[in-house]
Amino acid sequence: MTDLATRAASVAPGDELDALRRESVAELAAAADLRAWDAARVGLLGKSGRLTALLKGLGAAPPEERKARGGALNRLKAELEAAVEARRCELEAAALDARLLAERLDVTLPPRPHPPAGAEAGGIHPISRTVEELTAIFGAMGFAVAEGPDVDSDWHNFGALNIPDHHPARQDHDTFYLPAGADGRRPVLRTHTSPVQIRTMLTQEPPIRVIVPGRTFRADHDATHSPMFHQVEGLVIDRAITLGHLKGCLIDFLRAFFGIADLPVRFRSSYFPFTEPSMEVDIGWSRKTGELGKGDDWLEILGSGMVHPRVLANCGIDPREWQGFAFGMGIERITMLKHGMNDLRPFYESDLRWLRHNAASPLAPFSLAEGA
Amino acid sequence: MKFTLSWLREHLDGCDAPLPRIAETLSAIGLEVEGVQDRGAALAPFRVAHVLEAVQHPNADRLRALKVDAGDGRVLSVVCGAPNARTGMKAVLALPGAFIPGTGITLKTGEIRGVPSEGMLLSAREMGLGDDHAGIVDLPEDAPLGAPYAAWAGLDDPVVEIGVTPNRGDALSVRGVARDLAAAGLGTLKPFAPAPVPDAFASPVRWEIADPRACVFVLGRALRGLRNGPSPRWLQDRLVAIGLRPINALVDVTNLFTFDLGRPLHVFDLKKVHGGALTMRMAREGEALAALNGKEYALTAEDGVIADAAGVESLGGIIGGAHSGCDEGTTEAFIECALFDPVRVALSGRRHDVRTDARARFERGLDPALMRPALEAATRLMLDLCGGGEASEVVEAGAEPDWRRSASLRFERLAGLGGADVPPDEAVGILERLGFAVEARGAERVTVSVPSWRNDVAAAIHLAQAPELPPERARAAAEGCAAVEPECDLVEEVLRIRGLHLVPPVSLPVGTPVPRPSLTPKQARTALARRVLGARGMQECASFAFMAAGAAALFGDAPDALRLVNPIASDLDQMRPTPLASLLMAAARNAARGFPDAALSEVGGGYADPSPDGQALVAAGLRTGHTPRHWAEPSRPVDAMDAKGDALAILAALGAPMAALSVSADAPGHYHPGRGGVVRQGPRTVLARFGEIHPRVLAAVGLSGPAAGFEVLLDAIPEPKRRKRGAADLPAFQPVRRDFAFLVDEGVSAEAVLRAALGADRALIADVALFDRYAGDKLPAGKVSLAVQVTLQPRDATMTDAQIEAVSERVVAAVVKATGAALRA
Repeated sequence: MTDLATRAASVAPGDELDALRRESVAELAAAADLRAWDAARVGLLGKSGRLTALLKGLGAAPPEERKARGGALNRLKAELEAAVEARRCELEAAALDARLLAERLDVTLPPRPHPPAGAEAGGIHPISRTVEELTAIFGAMGFAVAEGPDVDSDWHNFGALNIPDHHPARQDHDTFYLPAGADGRRPVLRTHTSPVQIRTMLTQEPPIRVIVPGRTFRADHDATHSPMFHQVEGLVIDRAITLGHLKGCLIDFLRAFFGIADLPVRFRSSYFPFTEPSMEVDIGWSRKTGELGKGDDWLEILGSGMVHPRVLANCGIDPREWQGFAFGMGIERITMLKHGMNDLRPFYESDLRWLRHNAASPLAPFSLAEGA
Repeated sequence: MKFTLSWLREHLDGCDAPLPRIAETLSAIGLEVEGVQDRGAALAPFRVAHVLEAVQHPNADRLRALKVDAGDGRVLSVVCGAPNARTGMKAVLALPGAFIPGTGITLKTGEIRGVPSEGMLLSAREMGLGDDHAGIVDLPEDAPLGAPYAAWAGLDDPVVEIGVTPNRGDALSVRGVARDLAAAGLGTLKPFAPAPVPDAFASPVRWEIADPRACVFVLGRALRGLRNGPSPRWLQDRLVAIGLRPINALVDVTNLFTFDLGRPLHVFDLKKVHGGALTMRMAREGEALAALNGKEYALTAEDGVIADAAGVESLGGIIGGAHSGCDEGTTEAFIECALFDPVRVALSGRRHDVRTDARARFERGLDPALMRPALEAATRLMLDLCGGGEASEVVEAGAEPDWRRSASLRFERLAGLGGADVPPDEAVGILERLGFAVEARGAERVTVSVPSWRNDVAAAIHLAQAPELPPERARAAAEGCAAVEPECDLVEEVLRIRGLHLVPPVSLPVGTPVPRPSLTPKQARTALARRVLGARGMQECASFAFMAAGAAALFGDAPDALRLVNPIASDLDQMRPTPLASLLMAAARNAARGFPDAALSEVGGGYADPSPDGQALVAAGLRTGHTPRHWAEPSRPVDAMDAKGDALAILAALGAPMAALSVSADAPGHYHPGRGGVVRQGPRTVLARFGEIHPRVLAAVGLSGPAAGFEVLLDAIPEPKRRKRGAADLPAFQPVRRDFAFLVDEGVSAEAVLRAALGADRALIADVALFDRYAGDKLPAGKVSLAVQVTLQPRDATMTDAQIEAVSERVVAAVVKATGAALRA
């Protein structure tokens, strides 16, 4: 070991490293473009850079100093490498901003007079298509379309529908929650379209005849459940509406929608907190061939019932004067059944190949039956 | 809930209906059959056989050659690999042609290394009866040779599983199911009145209810002189059939009654109970329960518990403690039969996430009048199964709650609400078979008392009325509810038991001969926006409304108020700010699949805050990649003008006032800062945003450009006024067109030039169109040439050259004044 090397390592090493840090940082800051930055980087960390030289010289230091100095040098190296990288990001960002500025376009120019040429015609998503068909069929029966927010209050989604907090039915609704707001209540992503029943009854005087298509959410994800899906809800409030009308309305709808004039429809007693009496509805099909209207099997397709007096009362409607029915069904489910689609998940994946295969023409009118 | 067919029939007299009829009836009356498992059917071909001889296979070390008495007079040669095959054992034999459920193979006669094999001895797994395949099933000596195995093993009793709705706690019992079936005409329900067991001694343990929130009413009874052990075969079979594990006779009896009567019971080992009292109280903070399921629960002051002198023994109505449970050494026991508050049980169960058969019943509400008979029946069976012994007096605390109530039904309501003409006698008969007792009956109505097990009928009414209702209206509605709800309950009972198929369907009466419009103008416009985009070649998507918070933040704000508390996956935790974000990710996925050129659209929600107003309806679209290669038209990258064209096409179709819109270059940060714009009506109202996507956003979603997108804020577009179009303006004189080219500074917008030209003479100038834009070498640096065609429409006379010249001068002057332009020579 030469004296010189020993001295270099031992004379005020801290000051020496501080100076290197200061000078390097200044040099990086002064680098105005990537070329200057690269020169600064090489001068510091390159094969014959200043820091590299110091690191090389470490081997020559006495063992007792090597450790302390090595540590200090490595800390400095990490620090300067970070500074070099940070400056590169800054310069690249500035270069990008400069390029984007140079690419400026006068956005007030009139656009081209036609859409860009496309290899394929566009299409309407099967869910939208089914909603349009539903609207046409129920529209002919005098229903109007009502809508409501996807994020709703616990009261609209549960309480007003006679599902109090401790109700066992809540277990069937795997609810997504948002953080509690100022009122201490957690908003929910609506688990069904039924909160719009409540909103409608609070804003419209009976008689009421609405359907409510829309997005719904449940914390469930597997081959047959999606965390987001679509439902359509129906609500009729009038003076002399009976369970017979509910049956008639649903039979008329199902036969029109599936385009099967004699589609078997079966009604089973059931329970929902917001209807009484409640019914589940099955349609006839063949499990073997998947054909609707054929075979001896039944497929559950929707839930329904007479609006529960508590739901009416919660909305300020006197159940002695008014009564009616409600129903709800899954839009994906009836779409899949109608078109023989076998998998739920691709509905939401936006795979162009699936969309092109399943989309409806944007120009096709929809008729009442079979959606033409 | 599961039960076996023979178990169900045990509760019924004269029910000889076949299983399919029973299943169909259950489903129709609201006890939906979710499955029927006839375990015996798959086991039908298998018989008990006798192994006459088991010797080493001559040609295989690990096989044995057996001679097997098949029980039908034949002795078969069977090659068997099971290590436990031995001479003299009884086993289960399958003959060629039989389907082996565990392997999915149909058995054939074979020859294994020179020895014929004419059958197969089965393991439990091969029969589909569990995982045991260590060896063949080793039957006891006394298993009858040749008997069907399923019958011998008690597996020929089909298991029915029904879904019980939350209102029907009473149907979480075989007896409750039987009662409904009987009401529907399948047999009659047998009476249940167990004889009291004499009390032979004073109970060493008494009940204390320290807090009425913890328990309303409780019975208990001590047993002594017991010999606890495995329960008998019939009981074990029954529990196994419904998926329970037999433990010992005492515990098995409690499980039996949980399902048979829907009456959960608990049985303590008396020697493990500390002190002379069991106390119903609320748990104290810091207390814990080591439960029977092996888990430990940290209790809260909201949990009702059963405690002895040493601490908590049970979480009331949910699960018992491990410490004081009965085992085979138990000789003295104490039976608990309690009534807990359904709401408290539901909330405790949810808080601790414990799902037990007891909780499912308590949270639906139990039959308070069944407590004493159930305790007698359980006492009798425990004593019978545990070699005699004797029972103490019944000790109790609290009082049976008053469950007695009445409900009235006006017969007219069966048609008026239910739509069915039901003869009053039939309706009353159904109610009586369900356990309702007639208190009074007239021509118009019947009043019945509600049975103790039907807490869902004529129940206490808790409303959750909208706070904004006027008080008078709220009160009337609440009174109306109280008046009609019990009657609705009864209508439902009659209709469901009678059969909903007997309600004739009636088409909805039409309110108006021609239906009113079903869509509001805004809804109709939304449908139109979809069609415009589809007609412009875009594929409509329906993406999830939530996405990764990090990705959402690329499109502006990702507020905490819209972060899901319980997302299903970490990349689906934030309500998206705009559907454009979803489309970008979809485009990236499509590009990764080899489809970089996409045109996607979505009309859906963009979320700014959780209030109803914070959820906007947005029509978004995205084009990526290049236009197709074609001989007539060269391929080119998509750009901001494509997106602007799409956005304006929607706005025009939806009736936005196009002439009043302005465009500025201040698009939000997810657009290219120099190639994005905002369309406004007036100074503030933003109708749309468009532009090329910022390269940083593209990099973040993994898409290599080009990409151009737009968002039209459908809620912001004003509804067009319903105005008559009036007569068309059809001037008699030809229009005149003149071209002008202006040299302007680069920063001058085309819009400024067009506006100025249009404003030069509002009466004469019908249209101004930009037909050329040039910037290049032939012009001074920083200058652009904009060429416009101005259309003049005279109305009174053909224009003279002088008039045209005058208007032209006004056009030039207006543009020069507004933009500092110079007319190009």
